[in-house]
Amino acid sequence: MTVALETSSLVKTFGGLTATNDVSIRLEQGDRHALIGPNGAGKTTLINLLTGVLRPTSGRITLEGRDITGMKPDRRVRLGLVRTFQINQLFGAMTPFETIGMAVAERQGRGHEFWRGVGHEAQIIDDIVEILDRFRLTDVMGERTASLPYGKQRLLEIAAAIACRPRVLLLDEPAAGVPEGEREDILDAVAALPAEVTVLLIEHDMDLVFRFARRISVLVNGTLLTEGSAAEVARDPRVRAVYLGESYQGDKAHQGGGHG
Amino acid sequence: MSNNETSDIQAFRNQAARLHRRLSHWRLLEGIFWLALAASWFLLPSRHMLINEIAVLGLFALSLDLILGYAGIISLGHAAFFGFGAYAAGIITKYGVTDPLAGLVIAVALTAVLGFATSFLVLRGSDLTRLMVTLGVNLILYEIANQVTWLTGGADGLEGMNLGPLLGFDFDIYGAVAQAYSSVVLFVLFLIARRVVHSPFGWSLRAIRDNPLRAAAIGVPVNRRLIAVYTLSAAYAAAAGALLAQTTQFASLDVLAFHRSADVLLMLTIGGTGYLYGGLIGALAFDVMHDILSDITPQYWEFWIGLLLVTMVLVGRERLGRLPVLLAERLLGRKPGHAAE
Repeated sequence: MTVALETSSLVKTFGGLTATNDVSIRLEQGDRHALIGPNGAGKTTLINLLTGVLRPTSGRITLEGRDITGMKPDRRVRLGLVRTFQINQLFGAMTPFETIGMAVAERQGRGHEFWRGVGHEAQIIDDIVEILDRFRLTDVMGERTASLPYGKQRLLEIAAAIACRPRVLLLDEPAAGVPEGEREDILDAVAALPAEVTVLLIEHDMDLVFRFARRISVLVNGTLLTEGSAAEVARDPRVRAVYLGESYQGDKAHQGGGHG
Repeated sequence: MSNNETSDIQAFRNQAARLHRRLSHWRLLEGIFWLALAASWFLLPSRHMLINEIAVLGLFALSLDLILGYAGIISLGHAAFFGFGAYAAGIITKYGVTDPLAGLVIAVALTAVLGFATSFLVLRGSDLTRLMVTLGVNLILYEIANQVTWLTGGADGLEGMNLGPLLGFDFDIYGAVAQAYSSVVLFVLFLIARRVVHSPFGWSLRAIRDNPLRAAAIGVPVNRRLIAVYTLSAAYAAAAGALLAQTTQFASLDVLAFHRSADVLLMLTIGGTGYLYGGLIGALAFDVMHDILSDITPQYWEFWIGLLLVTMVLVGRERLGRLPVLLAERLLGRKPGHAAE
């Protein structure tokens, strides 16, 4: 299998604080991988390192074999490394149509074109239509994003990333704050991604993690605690201790026979 | 995929295309605006110079709208480019390039280089940083123009501009040719700006204005776009400055003065940002008010401008600034709205 995204001994320190400590993660193409960890484990820092918002203190990041460690965020996106945000990051004064249109134009390498309006470009329009349709945003495509209900904004948040046609997609708590009834729309859209797209899900919600991920990495205090299949991680007493909030000792005693 | 679905998607596709075209289509009101400008040349022959000045200031405010209204870059030193363009146009005329159009093009090109060079200073930082940096660049240019008297004439102003005829028409003392010239240049540059803001490039600027973090996260090269629009904006400001120098056959330190930068921000605030007409309406309102108020109270007209500004910002620039537009659209039975949003 080909490696989609890989970090080698990634370290990030802020002054005396080590936020990311020697993290090596490897995502094969088509992986459905989850990154979990308690609050303050360094998940956000790791995303910022992967997307280029922060520069690592040491270590390397490669995207499909290409070193992207020092590359600017927007270039990584054009190479196919795209993220969504835990808290919606949208363009309040623009419509969903324009938001998606812009993402599509950038992906097609036409974002710098300043002469022809998007409305006259069948190639761009077709892609916008397809995305808006898939995310059930067609009925609100001409409205200001800021005036949309939260659920729709959340869908647009994901749709804008999908419109970039990612090869590796980082989903940062995609269902955060979404009411039960609207969650399925988002989960369906994520599930409908082409199999060759690699997905890294950063999530708190264990239901979602176990439903979605085939492999799971556990981050604690900036260090990778363990990595394995969903079943392995679910069984791991250390994970239960630090992440699920159970007492390590008690858990060990309880499961001692099984693991001994 | 079934036929039914295909035709659904086709129908939606058409709907999306229509929606977008409607946003970028010409409205009746826009036509009236430009016809009124053209008609004023015939109907108000005694006001040629005033309307010329309004066209020049409108273009200047439009240039500020490109960076402030579309890309979110606030500037308190935009007169740097206006003044540089004015001096450039004046100096090259004085040293032999007497054709107005050639002078305009050269002045604009030179200022674009300055805009490009200084764009790197406004890429980062808060609004306050940008205000101070742009103001600083403006002050530096002002002092340079003040010092190099052999080139600019210093405090006395640049004299000895002998502009040739424009396409065979000599500039007259009533300003008839001047008004026509400025109006046509304004119209052409407006058309270009209008296309630019409705292009993918223009959309990406608005995205940067709304949320630069996310813009980068969907692949927009934020810095490159900001450099491009800042350069374009400098070129537009230079065109306004060059028109002023050419039509008045004079350039002085006043074109680089702080009040120019402040006034243009004020005009744009009066007219509203981010829909291209704000600068034009603001310049019109500002100049007409100046004209009327300074007749009534020559000493204190700025008192009224100040009062208006405070009222407007508190009551809401949107509501008050677009009042004429809203009224006119009501009268024409159209829904209020604006092209850019």
